[in-house]
Amino acid sequence: MKDLSQAKNFDEFLEGIWRQNPVFVMVLGMCPALAVTVSAVNALAMGFATTFVLVCSCLLVSLMRKLVPKEVRIATYIVIIATFVTVVDYIIQAVSLELYEALGAFIQLIVVNCIILGRAEAHASKHPPLTAITNALGMGIGFTIGLFALGGVREILGAGKFFGVSLFGANFQPWVVMVLPPGGFFVLGAWLLLFAVIRRRKEVRLSTSGGGHVA
Amino acid sequence: MNPNDQAPQATSAASLLKTLGLVSALCGIIIVGAYQGTYESAAANRRLALERTIFRIVPAAKTMSEWQATAQGIRPAGGEAGGKVGAGAIKFYAAYAADGSLAGIAVEGAATGYADVVRILYGYSPDCQCINGIGVVAMKETPGIGDKIITDKAFLANFVALDVKLDRELAKLANEVKVVKHGSKTDAWQIDAISGATVTSRAVGKAINDSAQALLPKLLPNIEQLRNKKS
Repeated sequence: MKDLSQAKNFDEFLEGIWRQNPVFVMVLGMCPALAVTVSAVNALAMGFATTFVLVCSCLLVSLMRKLVPKEVRIATYIVIIATFVTVVDYIIQAVSLELYEALGAFIQLIVVNCIILGRAEAHASKHPPLTAITNALGMGIGFTIGLFALGGVREILGAGKFFGVSLFGANFQPWVVMVLPPGGFFVLGAWLLLFAVIRRRKEVRLSTSGGGHVA
Repeated sequence: MNPNDQAPQATSAASLLKTLGLVSALCGIIIVGAYQGTYESAAANRRLALERTIFRIVPAAKTMSEWQATAQGIRPAGGEAGGKVGAGAIKFYAAYAADGSLAGIAVEGAATGYADVVRILYGYSPDCQCINGIGVVAMKETPGIGDKIITDKAFLANFVALDVKLDRELAKLANEVKVVKHGSKTDAWQIDAISGATVTSRAVGKAINDSAQALLPKLLPNIEQLRNKKS
């Protein structure tokens, strides 16, 4: 078991990035995923903020897992999550007011982000701190990648920019709908389609090569 | 994992309360620590953002101070920028050039736009009794449509010298600031709306009109106070 621990940790880390990616596989946390991903910078900031809250909350929940009776665990988790959201809220205000205005109410709404409570309840409360952090970090990075995939594409199509740098020159007519709410759904749908196709291909390959079976 | 898996064993109220109390205390300490640690830089950020906007709309300005206008007159607002103002008082900022002369006055206005409240800051020049610049403090207008109010050159041309003269009694604006349909501006107190972004354009006009109507009659008679004040 000890020899396997490193491989197992890496597996925990990868779970959130690929196999159980919060945005593309579990389709969780859609509220910020659709609302703040109008630009690559916003998406990254939201991703980092969520990752910070996720990792800190999971660490604390994991440390206290033997201390917290089942009866009050939800209340405890929510208080812990709300604490770190408040901390992140203050930090973003101190770092950049512009970013704070751009993310708006969605920073506060991290409190009710289902990825975080889900991780705290389903994972951190049952695993030791190191495993919990590894898993949370993977999930956070997976979420950030998901947001970035949405935000990057939406900024390029909807504003003709990437990280605020104009890409196509003055004659480019931005595809404005992409930075409006419907654009969020279009881009998310396109990504989900892409991932579904990849998964389908993999399944077909497994079943035709024999041995594997389609789940 | 399921609470019913084991024989039910009641956790004592004392232990539940102890856990909740402990978690709350710990979280309280973390929050207060973060608040204390970031307060200064957050306040500095806010002040800087405000200054940057004011210096952009009053280009000659090098320093600024916050003032309040009440029915009794005007007085400097003590404390930091962005602080609370008393009831009935209107906040404005006096901007001074490098030599200490009054470069202009910046005032905040707000009105409901298409998505949410549009908060603007406009520059007022007592010399021409006109508005000679605007900046947006906060808005959530549609990207590419409503947010043209900060990029559309034809729209911004409205605020090179927007007439906000007071009437003879100095009680209200001689002519209300009005937003008119794109291309039909005839008078200096009218704002030519952006075609396709009429609602947001109107919000800007209403914000300016409401704020100017309330503030200027109190401010203009006392303008000498501002000129004498070296900042």
